[in-house]
Amino acid sequence: MTPDTAHNAPPKADYAIVTRGMSKAFGDNLAVSRLDLAIPKGSIYGFLGPNGCGKSTSIRMLTGLLRPTEGEIQVLGETLPGAEESLRLRIGYMTQKFSLYDNLTVKENLNFVSQIYGIPRKAARQRIEELLMVYDLTHQHKQMAGSMSGGQKQRLALAAATLHKPELLFLDEPTSAVDPENRREFWERLFDLSNAGTTILVSTHYMDEAERCHGLAILENGIKRADGSPEALMDNMGAVVIEVSGSDLRTLKNQLTEKEEVISAAQIGSRLRVLVRQETPDPEHWLSQQTGPRSLNRVHPSLEDVFVSCTGGRHVG
Amino acid sequence: MWVKTLKGSATRIFAVLWKELRQLSRDRMTFGMIVMIPLVQLMLFGFAINTDARNLPAGIVDKSNTQASRMLIQATEATQVVRFSHIFDDLQQAEAAITAGTVKAVLYLPPDLSTRLSRHPASGAKTPSPEPIGQWLVDGSDTVVAASIKGLRQLPLSSIRELPQIATSPSAAIPADTFAVALYFNPEQRSVVNIIPGLLGVILTMTMVLFTSAAIVREREQGNMEFLITTPVKPLELMLGKIAPYVLVGFIQTGLILIAGRLLFDLPVRGSLLDLGAASLLFICASLTLGLVISTIAKTQLQAMQMTVFILLPSILLSGFMFPYEAMPEAAQWIAEALPATHFMRMSRGIILRDAGVMDLQPDALWLLGFTALGLVVASRRFSKHLD
Repeated sequence: MTPDTAHNAPPKADYAIVTRGMSKAFGDNLAVSRLDLAIPKGSIYGFLGPNGCGKSTSIRMLTGLLRPTEGEIQVLGETLPGAEESLRLRIGYMTQKFSLYDNLTVKENLNFVSQIYGIPRKAARQRIEELLMVYDLTHQHKQMAGSMSGGQKQRLALAAATLHKPELLFLDEPTSAVDPENRREFWERLFDLSNAGTTILVSTHYMDEAERCHGLAILENGIKRADGSPEALMDNMGAVVIEVSGSDLRTLKNQLTEKEEVISAAQIGSRLRVLVRQETPDPEHWLSQQTGPRSLNRVHPSLEDVFVSCTGGRHVG
Repeated sequence: MWVKTLKGSATRIFAVLWKELRQLSRDRMTFGMIVMIPLVQLMLFGFAINTDARNLPAGIVDKSNTQASRMLIQATEATQVVRFSHIFDDLQQAEAAITAGTVKAVLYLPPDLSTRLSRHPASGAKTPSPEPIGQWLVDGSDTVVAASIKGLRQLPLSSIRELPQIATSPSAAIPADTFAVALYFNPEQRSVVNIIPGLLGVILTMTMVLFTSAAIVREREQGNMEFLITTPVKPLELMLGKIAPYVLVGFIQTGLILIAGRLLFDLPVRGSLLDLGAASLLFICASLTLGLVISTIAKTQLQAMQMTVFILLPSILLSGFMFPYEAMPEAAQWIAEALPATHFMRMSRGIILRDAGVMDLQPDALWLLGFTALGLVVASRRFSKHLD
């Protein structure tokens, strides 16, 4: 699939990340395979995929922590590997696992980070105060990082990753240990950053989170299955989504998944959500022949449907 | 330009240093270890090795067989150092018994004991002769035994008032040995005070290598490293910042050992404290960088611990702490030469016991300096800011 931005492609300088054939092998295991990316500056771009699909490995290559086995990488106009050190000051990285010090307080952690980035003392003090306010940590500034809740830790990690005002921010599954409310709040902060001009690359396995991104790449086994904006992905999906309601859905599900025309069938409450291949002539009619007297309802595809159709139903249902 | 670079480096080193200190001050366990390891080790080694040898099995070859000789034997036994369990007819028998290990020492009293007694300075003779009146034959392989018997060398004769040859005036003009001591198997004796300067080296090896060997691995295990390597901090800056706080820890431990050694074991420090400080600094730095190198090799804290033991054992066994360096086979000496502990052991003994200066011990000092520099380079080189 082509990115929908391809119609009015901005000049190369307007991309924060451009890769061509980026691959990484660990021994015989190909973790990332020939990944082509073009991520426009100022956008929030998502990597969506199950665990082990190569999200973290890709991010680590783009941050210069891993060297690609093959392929070209350009980050903020600089070539990797080679420009790691000069990029350090321009990129921020929030790791999947909390990577600040549990036995330092919130403020000590931020002070440490500010010194490592060589921010002058006075400016650092102001910036830290500001970050404590923005990320609602003012009352916790004397608390040990290790004793904080998942949401607080995550806000602290984001504060630390953005302390030096990076142009490009990498977030590796930032909300995996956070409740839905905190996740919402977290995304508000990401849009604030994006609004201020920061490019954000975020990896996730949550559909609702992926849906918030401007652009999205669906990864599976190190291979990019689709990319584009969530809307474009849903519109251009190669399947028709039909919900079936009626009796004995379990048996029906088992019958349908045997069929060549069906990508997947998954029960959602009292309905069966069926993905029928777009190539099937008159999919609704075809399906009604299979389902008998049950009622059918064609619905708008969700991102999960896109994900399922891209990955051939191997991970859901 | 380079001033700015240097200033940036200093800031980052200080940031790491300050962070380490903060973390250290909150790690009660480690903090306790810093104080307890030296004290406990000092007690264990100090008392175990300082234990006065009592009731050592000993034999007698009494060629004089007089009242005086019997009194001497009684007085000797009264010290409780030896217990005379065997009586031998001649020296050959006695030597055989020492070799066989049935006795640790033999007291030989010559046939002319009475004449020697009356000529001994303690008797107030007009023409005193410093000739000893008897001789100890000692199994010197056990240094504790040897040292205890050596203590008997100057058994005060004046305390044995019943001896007819000893004048009542206790003042002796010339100090003279009562017994001569012949050490078998190990003529070059090492004093018990040897232990503490050596122990200083062992304890510092143990704690310094242990603390820093975990330093990098811990950050990796706890996930801090992945963040740290995306920051502008350079490997050498990280290394320096990591070891600097432990230099202070090392000095605290050195002080503790010296003070406790002084209070508990009456350790004399003959050389200057400045020299001792300089030698300690060199050794602390060498041990810390050794730990750092381990830390860059080990994948887990457990591995780091195992490697520390791997360094610690030869440091105890081969450095000259337990066994004299000179007595070791050449291969062992080569290994010993590679260990920082060996060089420090020489320096600390030299300074504490023989009043040597760092300048007199230049080869060892230079070696430690070189080891530190090389270690830092190796550790920084090995520490990659990449994950693959």
